[in-house]
Amino acid sequence: MKFMIALLVMGILTQNFTLAKFLGICPFLGVSKKLNTAVGMSLAVIFVMLLATAVTYPLNMFLEAHDLVYLQTIVFILVIAALVQMVEIVLKKYVKSLYNALGIYLPLITTNCAVLGVVILNIDNISAYSAYGFGFGHAMVSSFAAGAGFMLAMVLFAGVRSRLETADVPKSLEGLPITLIAAAIVSMSFLGFTGIVEGMGLL
Amino acid sequence: MAEKKKYNYGRELTKGFLRENPVLRLVLGTCPTLATSTSVVNGVGMGIAATIVLICSNIAISALRKVIPSKARIPAYIVVIASFVTIVQMLVKAFVPALDESLGVFLPLIVVNCIILGRAEAFAGKNPVLVSAVDGLGMGIGFTAALFCMGAVREILGAGTFLAGIDTMIGGFVDLNGFTGFDFTEGLSRTGLAPMTVFILPAGGFFTFGVIMALANRLADRKGLPKAELRGCEGCPHAAVCGRSECAAEETKETADAVKPSADKKPAADEPPKETDAAAPAGNDGKEADAQ
Repeated sequence: MKFMIALLVMGILTQNFTLAKFLGICPFLGVSKKLNTAVGMSLAVIFVMLLATAVTYPLNMFLEAHDLVYLQTIVFILVIAALVQMVEIVLKKYVKSLYNALGIYLPLITTNCAVLGVVILNIDNISAYSAYGFGFGHAMVSSFAAGAGFMLAMVLFAGVRSRLETADVPKSLEGLPITLIAAAIVSMSFLGFTGIVEGMGLL
Repeated sequence: MAEKKKYNYGRELTKGFLRENPVLRLVLGTCPTLATSTSVVNGVGMGIAATIVLICSNIAISALRKVIPSKARIPAYIVVIASFVTIVQMLVKAFVPALDESLGVFLPLIVVNCIILGRAEAFAGKNPVLVSAVDGLGMGIGFTAALFCMGAVREILGAGTFLAGIDTMIGGFVDLNGFTGFDFTEGLSRTGLAPMTVFILPAGGFFTFGVIMALANRLADRKGLPKAELRGCEGCPHAAVCGRSECAAEETKETADAVKPSADKKPAADEPPKETDAAAPAGNDGKEADAQ
């Protein structure tokens, strides 16, 4: 249980997926202009991350059992892509409300590095955290934490960006450069959480 | 398609370096740029790995462009790219294990690098083999150059070294006479200064990228080119799948409900490719920001 909380805190705060690990920067910069799109995109990311982990974790066990680990990258990306397409179709047909909320973001996420990243990191974690018995449940928790960390970064940054719209910035810095510098400051604020996991005695 | 067209190979090669630099002008591949540019050696290693994948996948996709049905092209491209990424991954693990260690998850993540899928979609899928290979080489060099700039700034300011760890990367192939990179930390500490560690932390990555992009924008502005925008749609491989109208509306920050999910318009993969080349407007110079 302690370890689960540690995973949550790490994913959301100390090793924030976007601001510390640089995964999912494209949507972070591209879709964070408005709060509602930022939230929609993040929810879709959490959803797909959980789904992808749930599928690839057993798949990895299969690959390992048959000594096919070198196929990991190909298999994972294809499975995720197919899965996302399938989920999109199913949602569109049966869960219209969810599709309306998340549907547009789903194809964007297929080849998003955050999703493949979380899946691969979870597999790496099995050996990295073997002392804690990292298993399927932990993988799901850390996927959720990664997605939630992404959401936190997106939502915070959407707020920052709405202020930037009206700010008077030097001409060369207009647009993307000032956005990146603002991201640097947001990221710096997350450095303040360093050591919180150890400090709380969770690891 | 454009079989009869004459290609200016020199132009295709240099456009990736300057006018259409994938990182600084087209704003693609931001994740690996930020994550692996903590030092020059890391950044350049990443750049070279991506360049190899890019050239190979451009060649393969361009050779297969008449065989791949346009409706299934994105999955087909992904399979091709993933195969080359796996090959590169194996080679790096075998010959440069230090690089494998420092790139970590970003080595397999080359497979979702927007630059590679973007070039497949925008260029290799429509052009003959040779020119696609040249395009891949040019874009790869541009990516590597941008990573070099980022890495140099971050490493010198953040760690007080330059080319540190070069022996672990190419020491196995080239005799470096014991050269392990420059180290300024000692000289610095004599003046009572220390490197600004924040530059090798994530925050410094964002900051350096922002400043270098501002410099690139300024140079572009002088040449009369538009500044770099996150125009995901031009080079973005998702363009064909995500429904450009919403995407474009998002970019030009129109009304708040621009990204309303339009239920009738399924962002399907079967839209024909709309964009031509991921065209940054022609011009002569989108010059690199200086390293130092």
